[in-house]
Formats: sequence, C-alpha cells, structure tokens
Amino acid sequence: MVRYMLKRLASLCISLAVASLVIFTVIEIAPGDPASFMLGINAQPETLAALRTELGLDASKVERYLSWVGGLLTGDFGISYTYRTPVAGMIAARMWVSLPLAFYALLLSTLIAFPAGVFAAARRGKVGDMGVMGATQLGVAVPNFWFAMMLVLVFSINLRWFAAGGFVGWDKGFWAGVHALTLPAIALALPQAAILARVMRSSLLDVLGEDYMRTARAKGLTTRQTLWRHGLRNALIPVLTIIGLQFSFLLAGSIIIEQVFYLPGLGRLVFQAISARDLIVVESVVMLLVFSVIIVNFLVDLAYAAVDPRLRSRA
Amino acid sequence: MRNNLILGTLLTSIFVFAALISFVWTPFPHTAMDIPNKLQSMGGEHLLGTDHFGRDILSMIMVGARTSIAVALVAVGIGMGLGVPLGLFAAAKHGSLVDEIIMRGNDLVFAFPSLVIAILITAVFGASAINAIIAIGIFNIPVFARISRGAALSLWKRDFILAARVAGKSAARISVEHILPNVTNLLIVQGTIQFSLGILAEAGLSYVGLGAQPPTPSWGRMLADAQTMVTIAPHMALVPGLAIILTVLGLNLMGDGLRDYLDPRLRVTRI
Amino acid sequence: MTLLSITNLSLAIHSFSILRNITLSVASGEIVAVTGESGSGKSMTALAAMQLLPTGAQAKGHVMLGDRDLLKLPEKDLCGIRGNEIGMVFQEPMTALNPVQTIGQQVAETIRVHHPSVSRQAAHAKAIATLERVGLPVDQFPLSRFPHELSGGQRQRVVIAMAIALRPRLLIADEPTTALDVTTQAQILDLLKRLAKDDNMGLLMITHDLAVVADMADSIYVMRKGEVVEQGQTGALLRNRRHPYTQMLFEASGHKVNLPPAPASSQSLLDVRHVCRDYALPRKALFSKPGAFRAVDDVSFSIRRGERLGLVGESGCGKSTLTRAILGLEQVQRGSITLDGEPVFSQKQPNLSVRRKMQVVFQDPFGSFNPRHRVDRLITEPFHLSSDPPKGADRVNAISQSLAAVGLSPSDATKYIHEFSGGQRQRLAIARALITRPDLILFDEAVSALDVSVRAQILDLLADLCKTYDLTYLFISHDLSVVRTVTDRVLVMKSGKIVEQGATETVFQAPKHPYTRKLLAAAPLLPTLERHVQ
Repeated sequence: MVRYMLKRLASLCISLAVASLVIFTVIEIAPGDPASFMLGINAQPETLAALRTELGLDASKVERYLSWVGGLLTGDFGISYTYRTPVAGMIAARMWVSLPLAFYALLLSTLIAFPAGVFAAARRGKVGDMGVMGATQLGVAVPNFWFAMMLVLVFSINLRWFAAGGFVGWDKGFWAGVHALTLPAIALALPQAAILARVMRSSLLDVLGEDYMRTARAKGLTTRQTLWRHGLRNALIPVLTIIGLQFSFLLAGSIIIEQVFYLPGLGRLVFQAISARDLIVVESVVMLLVFSVIIVNFLVDLAYAAVDPRLRSRA
Repeated sequence: MRNNLILGTLLTSIFVFAALISFVWTPFPHTAMDIPNKLQSMGGEHLLGTDHFGRDILSMIMVGARTSIAVALVAVGIGMGLGVPLGLFAAAKHGSLVDEIIMRGNDLVFAFPSLVIAILITAVFGASAINAIIAIGIFNIPVFARISRGAALSLWKRDFILAARVAGKSAARISVEHILPNVTNLLIVQGTIQFSLGILAEAGLSYVGLGAQPPTPSWGRMLADAQTMVTIAPHMALVPGLAIILTVLGLNLMGDGLRDYLDPRLRVTRI
Repeated sequence: MTLLSITNLSLAIHSFSILRNITLSVASGEIVAVTGESGSGKSMTALAAMQLLPTGAQAKGHVMLGDRDLLKLPEKDLCGIRGNEIGMVFQEPMTALNPVQTIGQQVAETIRVHHPSVSRQAAHAKAIATLERVGLPVDQFPLSRFPHELSGGQRQRVVIAMAIALRPRLLIADEPTTALDVTTQAQILDLLKRLAKDDNMGLLMITHDLAVVADMADSIYVMRKGEVVEQGQTGALLRNRRHPYTQMLFEASGHKVNLPPAPASSQSLLDVRHVCRDYALPRKALFSKPGAFRAVDDVSFSIRRGERLGLVGESGCGKSTLTRAILGLEQVQRGSITLDGEPVFSQKQPNLSVRRKMQVVFQDPFGSFNPRHRVDRLITEPFHLSSDPPKGADRVNAISQSLAAVGLSPSDATKYIHEFSGGQRQRLAIARALITRPDLILFDEAVSALDVSVRAQILDLLADLCKTYDLTYLFISHDLSVVRTVTDRVLVMKSGKIVEQGATETVFQAPKHPYTRKLLAAAPLLPTLERHVQ
C-alpha cells in the first residue's frame, strides 16, 4: 500500500512538472511584450526597462520558469500586468467560488447517478430501466450552459426561488453560499450524472455476469443481496475512473456556467485577463485548474486501492 | 436495438442535410439584419422567429450546423489520426518505456480539458474557430489512443497474432494487417460519440467567446446572444438549444445503435 | 434414501430446447456422475437442480429435493435451500470468488446469510473450522487472505468450503477440476470424495472426462444433445457400454493412434543447449535491483529429423516459455537454440531464415485465426517469409493440397473462420502449419480444448500426416495419455527444468523421477477393456 502511494505520488509530481512546463512554454510563445503593453505606446525606454526588470522579464527563460514555479510553490503568483496587484490575491478570492461549485456538482452528480444506475441495472430491460436510460440519453445531449439558462428562466425569473445571478459570498454564511451555488451546480451536475448513471449501470451489468455473482447466489443470497454485497463494490472500480475524468469536465464546465450566473469565479477572471492580455493571470489560473484535476485524479487512484485489494499488493 | 440506429441516423442526417443545403439556399440571408422585424416569435414569415437584430433564426441554425459539424468532424479526425497510431504503437511496444511515456502523456492531456486548452490558445493567438478545432482535437487524441491501445492489447494476446509473428511479420505490419481491421468497429462507435461530444464542446467554447467569431454563425454564440433576451424572447434560446440537443442525441443514438449492430457479442444475454 | 430426484425435466431457453426428459436421482452418500461432451446439457442440468437458470429459461418436469419440488418453490424458499441444503462448486476457481472480499468474509457469509443470529465471531470460528476441513489451515491461510493471493487449487478449496460450510445434504460440482493441473485435480477429487463420505452427503459430479469419474462415481449418466442416452452403476456401465455413443466416448477417451515408426535417422534437427530464460520481477523496493524469475532453467535436448518428441508438465512449469524461445519469439538469457546448426535468434533479432523452417499449432481453435480474413489468406500466411512464395495457380494448388491433407475441401478456401467448428478450425491450423512443408512443427496444447471425440479424430489425422509427410514435431501438452500415443520420446518438465527424458513407453511404464511417478499416479485413467472382459 505504501509502495503504491509512493508510486502514485511520484507520478503526480512528474505530471505537475510537465504540465507547468507546457503551460509556461505556450505562454512564452505569445507575441508582444507585457511591459510595453502595460505602459502603452508612448512609454519612455528607461521606464520600460525598469518595469521589465521589476517584472523579471529580462532574465533568461530557464530562470523565469524556475522563479515562476518557485513562486507557485510559495504562493507568490507574480503581479498582474493590468491591475498591478498580486495575482495570488485575485485568484484566492475567485477560487472559492469555482472549486466549491465543481465539488458541489460532483457530489450532486454522484448522488443522482448511483441510485439511478443501480435502479436501472436491477431492472434491466423493464420499464424502469428504459425510463432511466431514456432520461440519461437526453441528459447526455443537453449542453449545461443552455440547461442553466432554462433553470434561470424557470426557477429565478418565474418562480423566484433563487437569485438569477451573482454570488453573496461565503461571509454571509455557509448555507447562503450553498443556496447561491445550487442552480449552477444542478445545471453542471445533471448532464454529468446522466453519463455516470450509464457507466454505473453498464458496469453493474458486467459484474452481474461474473462467476462470483453466481457463486454468491449458490450460497443462498437473494438477487438483491448479491447485487449489494458483491456487485456494487466491484462495479465501483470502472465508475471511479469516470468520476476522476468528470472532475476535469466539471471544473471546465463551472467556468462556462459562471458566465450564465454572473458568478465572480475563475472563469470571469480568466476571460477578463484574456481580453486584457494579462497573460500572467491566465497562466496562473490555468495552472491552478490543471493542478486541481491532477490532485483529484491522485485521490481517485487512492480510492482505487481502497476498493481493489489486488492493486494494493501489486503496485 | 435497431430503432436507435434508425432514429439516430435520421436525426443526424437532418442536420447534416440542413448544413449542406445552407451552402446553396437559406430562407433568408443569415446575416441580413431587419431591425423592424426583430424578436419575432416562431411561426409567421420567419418559421423559427428572428433575433434581436431581426435576423432569421432558421437560416442561422442551418449555417451554424455547418460550423458545428465541421469543427467536430475535423476534431475527431485529428483525434483519430494521431491517437490511433499512438495507441497501436504503444500496444505493439507494450511494457516498454515508449508505451509508458505515451500512456503517461495521455494521462497528462486528460488533465487539460478542451476548455483549458482553448483558453491557452486564445490567450496566445486570439479567438477563432480553428482554436476550437485544435482544442477539441487535442483532447480527442488520448481518448482514441487509450481505446485503441486497450483493444489492441487484448488482440496481441490472441493466438492469431502469435501465428503472424511466427510467420515472421513485423509489429508494424501486424498492427496494420491484423489489429487495425479488428478495432475498426470500436473506432467507428467511439468516433460517433466523440463527434457528439465535439458538438457540445464547440457550443460551449463559442458561448464563452473562445470559438467561432462573428460573422461566422454558431449555435453557441446564438445562445450567448439569447442570454440577455431570455425573458422577452425565449425562442432565441430554445431553438439553438434544441438544435444542439437533437444533433447530439441523434449522434449518440446512432453510436449506440452502431455498437449493437456491428458487434453482436454485445447483444449476448448474460446469466 | 433418495435425496434428489429429477424426473422428466425438459428445459428451453427462449423456446430453444436445451434438455429433454432428463430423469436422474442422487441418494445420500452416493456419488453420481453426469458426463458428456460440450453441448450435451450437463451443466444446465446442474443449474436446473440449483434453480440458477439463465433468464428466459423455462423448465418442465420435477426436481424433487425430498418431498419438495424445486421447480414449484418460490424464490424465497429456494434462497433458504441454496447453500444450506444444496451446495455448489463451479468450474473456474479463478473467477468464482469475489476479488474484493477476503476468503474469511466469503466463507462466513454462507453461514451468516442462513443464520443471521449467529454472531460474527461464531461465524468466523466456523469459517476457520471449515477451511481447515478443506485443507486450508488457518495458520498458513488466515481469513484475511484475498483470492488473488491463492493458487487455483487453493481457491477451489475455498469455493468448496463455502459450499459445505453448513453441511448441505447435496453437493453439486460442475467440472470442479477441469481448470486444474492433474496433481491438484487428484487432491480436489480426493477431498470431494472424503467430504461426501464423512457427511453422508450426496454428490452430483458434472464432468466431460469419463476417466475422472470412472473410479469415483457410484453411478454414471451419459448425456448427449440434451438427453440421457445411457445410465447405470459405474462398473456395469463401463463394462457393457450398450449405447453406441457411450462406446464412442469410451474409445475416444483412451484413443490410441497408429503412429508409423519414426524413420531411422541420426541427423539432429533442433538442438537446445543449456537454455535459461529469466523474467524480471517487479522491484521489491524503490531502488533495489529488480529480481528475476527463471522460467526455463538450464534446459538441453535435441530432436532428430523424423522424430516425434513430447513435452509434458503442469501449468507454470515453463513449457510455454520454452516454446516461445524455440520459435525465436523471445530472446533467451543463456544457452543456444539451433535448427540445422543455425541459431533461431541472433544479435537481438529473430533469425528469419531459420524461423521459416518452423511452424506452430496453438491450443485455442477460436483465437488462432483473424476473424476478418478468409481461409486462403489465413493458411498462406506462413509464406510471408519464403523468398519465392507460390503465385496464381501454384498458390491455389498449395492451398487445395493443404486443405485436402487435413480432410477439408478446397472450396473451404473462400470461407471465413466463423463458418467452421472447433475441430475444423484445428484442422485449418494444421493446414496452415503444413503449407510451407516446414522441417519442424510445434503443437502447443493443440488438442487440449477439444471434445474427446474430436480430439481422437485430430490425433488420427496427425498419425496419417506422419505417414505421408514424415513429420518432425514437438508435441507440448499437459495431457499424459495424448502424449503417450503420438510421440516416440518424451521430456518431463517441472519448475523450468527437464527432470526426466526417454523413450515414451519406457518413461510411462518405468518412470524414474519421483515427479514423473507422481504425475502418472495422479492422471485419471479409464479401466482398460481387458480387465472387464469376462
């Protein structure tokens, strides 16, 4: 188990290193000099040079990469080209909208998909199964931001159960924050739940055909007991993979959904930064997103080992 | 189920047909503004109504289908064209360092959702439909690499591959001659699924302004325009949304139907 | 006292008839065997007795357990009977256990599901006792073991422990030893016999191998295409064999071919000298040197031209690895393999001019052909290496000749592989191996996946081909009786080493090495005809 964790940890570090290198390189290709962009066309050469030194732009590429990564590790993300404020502060404020939204949606998606998948698998070929499968077929096809617009139309504008947009902030209390994120989370979660439910169902159906399920029946377990005691945990193994993959979709999705609900999250920040060519902000936000995805996949790897004893001993 | 295949193919063909027709004919020129007739609802002279500039929504949907289908199709092409050879190569070199590097590379790309790739590209080169293609295409590469590698690996264990090796055939030749024909069905099915995901992704990217730019019409941007109008002209949001849903639904049904049709093993009832 | 009595059982799945009018009975303490080839319906009979039929199955008739008809009982009552009054053991021990639960949990579950009031500790104590009974003492096999940490034979013992934990009155064993090695098979059969005797339990054994049950069962039912064709007390049935199918089955099980004498030649064709093949093991610690597993350990032998050599050994003994090394598919770490004096593998590259002279026939008749190619393309694949492959009419000729040699028709050349039965596919595999007239053919478990009647035909074919083509081959198999009839000389392999070699008859009649003796003693044998002729 320890070996397995160490191995996954090593692969996590390599992934992060390579990802940071890729992001840095791409941003380096970007045409234009941030310093002249910040100071405008009429800037004096001396001021320009001073700013370049201040921003660390005249160092070599390797030095700049190392100082950027070093900064990331110590929480110093650099200074925004447009706002002249530390990027870390800008991101920190927005992060607490986007990440909770993605996790909230992941939770909802799992809570909806599991019962739906199990229900459908247990009633394979019957009306209940066909109903769930039809609904998921539709759910998979719905773009989440469009679904979000429809939710706003129904629940905010017509029923007035939720605010149509904006975010009250966590300082108004945990439940107020959760309430504000509920519609966006539902919009994000339902399409993903549809996928997850389908995976859960087919994974369970695969497991139902396994020999050990028949062995369990031969012991005198009922179909239901067999499903719960032997089927579920085995079916979970492929489902975990999908949950890990879904987190990256949910995080990306939350950036899009923020546009529908005017949420002050990473999405707004990054789109503003793109139009202002504030590349250092773009760079840091992208790194943060990729970092979160890699961490979640690491957690999924650990969950694998918890579910499957064969992984623990093999490693 | 046969019905899935028929319904799916039907839905898909409707949109492909609409896209093709739009090259020679649309009810109205899709860029023609007609302010006096803005925000007309469905029915009437404009079958699916008009937007806030009085443009004909049906015409925009038809031309938008072109964008969606083109972007998704090219992205699938990129994914297959690069992913499948990578996957087959990794499988042929199973257990070697090359295999490990390809697979780890795959995992890494999975950490970059197409939206993140699009953000990076846009930040550097500015927004365009090409961005969307590249972003979605890059994300498709590991998908195809992974499934073709998985399928190829199980084929490599089969005796007929061993027989081909005994006959002295090289790994490359075996991959092309024996492996590829046996994974085509899988690739067709996965291709359909990725095509539908590509359409969803393109809509999302255009919606946040990272995809097709004006005047190229796109379903995602139509939805972005509709957002501020949703209370007074809900049809502006409904129509492009339904277009996306129906296309994606059609492709998914077609994929499921094809899978059942092409691979009879999946129809086997289990105990 | 009759325990289980099946009368006039008929079964159809989606209106496709599987069983017709099966009548059989098992008494307490009695061992009843049901035997037959694939498709005979023997496994379905077992599942019907358990009422674990696939969906869509419709059964008619009576399956009486005591005075209750299992076909009429509600599912709830059946759950109370399964595992409690009837236990079942399955064929494939590798997949019959839940991979994510410990063996202790799985054995204790049988107890807890029928007696929910039994405490966890009591159930565990009983699980320990039961595992002890099946030969898995707790000090070597703690309850916390997972299935993947056990060997096939040990897993089968766990499955048996689960089935007998509550001392059921009837135990159904569906091909319980088919997936196991012969020495393990002998142990498991002994265990089942002992358990049946100790608990006065009825035992219903399903098997395709007549020899397995010949000295164990009290009575035998022979099934064919969903019907019982003959039944009777074991001794009488084997002696009389009234039904032609039983006769055929009996003859085919111990089939002896008429192998022509090997041409006298002293010219050595294949030479294997001090060959070692190591596999790297995963590292124990992050920076330690990876260990190695020696699959083939200092093996030396040679095959003369015209000689038919056998290689026997149990799974994991290294015979497959050796085969791959001879074919030049893998590099060996030490020693040399030469064919006609030329190495099969030189400088990290397989020597293609040597490989051209060898062909191979694999075990699995279903996996050894690309389903997307036609027969003509499939069987001409070995021409890939020849410098001047036949073209046009010559190619057609070569294909026809090859197909004719294995008893197929030239018109089969345009068919796809799914149009052939298992036995026909194996004929095609031989045709593919023959087409280049190779100097050496390797048969890698080539008849192991076939039904006995088909196996007998393929072995006859082999003997015929020896007459026409003067074949030289290496016949690799775990099945001693097959090797005995188609080889001149035999090698016995254990843990990567050749422990004994010699003329086949000599080795079989007077084995020298203790392992060979153990193998021969464990192999189930049909009683010879002579013994029973009065």
